[in-house]
Amino acid sequence: MANKIDRVPVREQAPKVRATNFEEVCYGYNAEEAQLEASRCLNCKKPRCVDACPVGINIPAFVHQVLDGDFKGAYDTISQDSSLPAICGRVCPQETQCEGSCILGVKGQPVSIGKLERFVADYNQEHPEKDTSEIQYSEAHHNNFRERIEERRECIRQMRSGFVKREGDAAVKVAVIGSGPAGLACASDLAKLGYSVTVFESLHKTGGVLTYGIPEFRLPKKAVVEKELDKLKALGIKFETDVFVGRTVTIDELMDKEGFKAVFVGTGAGLPLFLGIPGENLNGVFSANEYLTRNNLMQAFSKESDTPIFRAKKVCVVGGGNVAMDAARTALRLGAEVTIVYRRTEKELPARAEEVHHAMEEGINFQLLTNPVEVLGDENGWVRGIRCIRMELGEPDESGRRSPIPIQGSEFEIETDALIVALGTKINRLIADTTPGLETDRKGRLLTTETATSRKGVFAGGDVVTGAATVILAMGEGRKAAAAIHKYLTES
Amino acid sequence: MFKIVDKKQLTPLIYSLWVEAPRIAASAKPGQFLIVRTGENGERIPLTICDYDTEKGTVRIVVQIAGVSSNKICHLDVGDCLTDVAGPLGKPSDFMEIPEEDLKGKRYLFVAGGVGSAPVYPQAKYLHERGAHVDVIIGARNKDLIIMEDEMHNVCTNLYICTDDGSKGEKGVVTLLMERLGNKYDMCVAIGPMIMMKFATLTAKKLELPITVSLNTLMVDGTGMCGACRVSVAGKTKFACVDGPEFNGYDVDFDEALRRQTLYRTQEQQANSEAGLEFRR
Repeated sequence: MANKIDRVPVREQAPKVRATNFEEVCYGYNAEEAQLEASRCLNCKKPRCVDACPVGINIPAFVHQVLDGDFKGAYDTISQDSSLPAICGRVCPQETQCEGSCILGVKGQPVSIGKLERFVADYNQEHPEKDTSEIQYSEAHHNNFRERIEERRECIRQMRSGFVKREGDAAVKVAVIGSGPAGLACASDLAKLGYSVTVFESLHKTGGVLTYGIPEFRLPKKAVVEKELDKLKALGIKFETDVFVGRTVTIDELMDKEGFKAVFVGTGAGLPLFLGIPGENLNGVFSANEYLTRNNLMQAFSKESDTPIFRAKKVCVVGGGNVAMDAARTALRLGAEVTIVYRRTEKELPARAEEVHHAMEEGINFQLLTNPVEVLGDENGWVRGIRCIRMELGEPDESGRRSPIPIQGSEFEIETDALIVALGTKINRLIADTTPGLETDRKGRLLTTETATSRKGVFAGGDVVTGAATVILAMGEGRKAAAAIHKYLTES
Repeated sequence: MFKIVDKKQLTPLIYSLWVEAPRIAASAKPGQFLIVRTGENGERIPLTICDYDTEKGTVRIVVQIAGVSSNKICHLDVGDCLTDVAGPLGKPSDFMEIPEEDLKGKRYLFVAGGVGSAPVYPQAKYLHERGAHVDVIIGARNKDLIIMEDEMHNVCTNLYICTDDGSKGEKGVVTLLMERLGNKYDMCVAIGPMIMMKFATLTAKKLELPITVSLNTLMVDGTGMCGACRVSVAGKTKFACVDGPEFNGYDVDFDEALRRQTLYRTQEQQANSEAGLEFRR
């Protein structure tokens, strides 16, 4: 039977080799591997994976198109709901979303949905014109699924006809502020609807966190991010970089003077949090944002780049999320011996399972149940170490996670030349402060009802509304906002 | 792209450029700054706004060759483009919030160190045009670092010049002139090298003169995202790019700010020597 086979392993760079380079860690599936893996899908009547996907991709449909060898069709299916499949296939926390709800995961390993999505996106990137329906099937059991695939295809056709219709008026201008996942998803849907969309970005490159935050070894910039962005440009979306909305131009000016009928705010949660402990401004303490921006956006790892990056022998990273893993693995590749300091246990690490696994494989040390209480400096004000305290887990807090409690008298020192702080981010209040009538909560998050802010014609989504979250959640919100903007523009 | 429409060499190491940037020209205010990048591998460096022309859609920057990136900018000619110019960044000067009629007759003392004359100019001009009494001290190591003397004359009542070596104006440092002028001002604004702002603040304290300083910290994005620019102000961590760049001088931990500026000095010196650039620190 089709489903008795194990999950098809994905090929990766060997840990020792990849620890010294910035090339992508995971090679992804080839066509045969993808088709074999796709054959594991049970094609459930009520697919839980679709419900668990923040953008509701019709996962069983595309998986069976892969099995069918119809890679182009699979791409079309995914594209119905996702503007950036090559990116999501790489950075989504699949284990808590689609794969986490896959029925096969109850007793064994779930279908490798993320890797299949990535394969479909990469394959279509590499074979833009080729009709893949002629490809020979590598597995005979495809016949068992033919009937259901036909059903799915009909369903897709219906969805597509409902969506792609260009109901929007090309003369209506919509501004999207921020070119990260939320903004790109929103811009993409609006452009497909036929609106004239301009995306404003404060940095010199588009992509937001995809460009400045997530490292090359996890998300290649030229081969993946830029290609996905090119596809959005081909939809007619205009991008204007070096525009910091709130300073360069205000939302009022965009609407009153430049004629934008609606605005989407997807500016993210950009301001890094620091520790609030003594010594945090010593030389050698960095936010993960700074460290990653220097390396990813400014390419400081390359000799060609004019931007410097601090080269330390020993680096500590505090935090346990994806950003902490990215910073740690970047420092490792720049030649440091790296320790991650996290106050809960391995089980609570908020990072994607794959990133933690990769970090451990690459030789990153983990000091768990540990929290820094002071950064120690030498006589010239450079970091020489951190003083930490051991923690134990107490009762669950409001997030449902057991809250860490310091163990009195357990303080100890870790020698390090640099400390990278990856404890999350907060919201830049600039947009709220420069846009009259835009309401926020105490933390500066924009208040919205169905993505509409308190200001008429202004919508928002992604981290600027939710606080720091994931790429795919931001994309989901961006898409919802696009639908709300379309409704607003057609009804007003 | 941001085309250079005018270029002048002010001294052997300092250049003035007018650059096409209509959005910035329309929104720039005294006290704010820009981030400029040259070439695909270029660094993002913060530069002060020296002047802006809303009608022509241009902004003026003044750059001193101090490293690889500023050297690249100064080697561009009229017709060439800066790859990126982002801004205006940071908060406008505090006096922008004072109603114009209240500025009339207010007494301001500006202290400009070296290229600090460039950001002082639009502030002095704004206040002078609104009837404030503006005195300006320009100080530098030597005459080759004194810039914009004539333009400054037009926007102030009294202009005082001093150099460390006496090659122009009075021999001595800016604090000597500050002490001599004494406390006859409502407000002092000092912009220049961090070390100069530190001593200007100490002198202002002695004179019981309120002082604003504009911090030229390390920066990457300039929009609050990286925190490279953080400084301790009244014991709290602030970001110079979004909370500043101007702060009450009394509250700034200058020793920390001076130390943080040296973070990449080794790499900068290595890059300079590879590029054949030599500077006196």
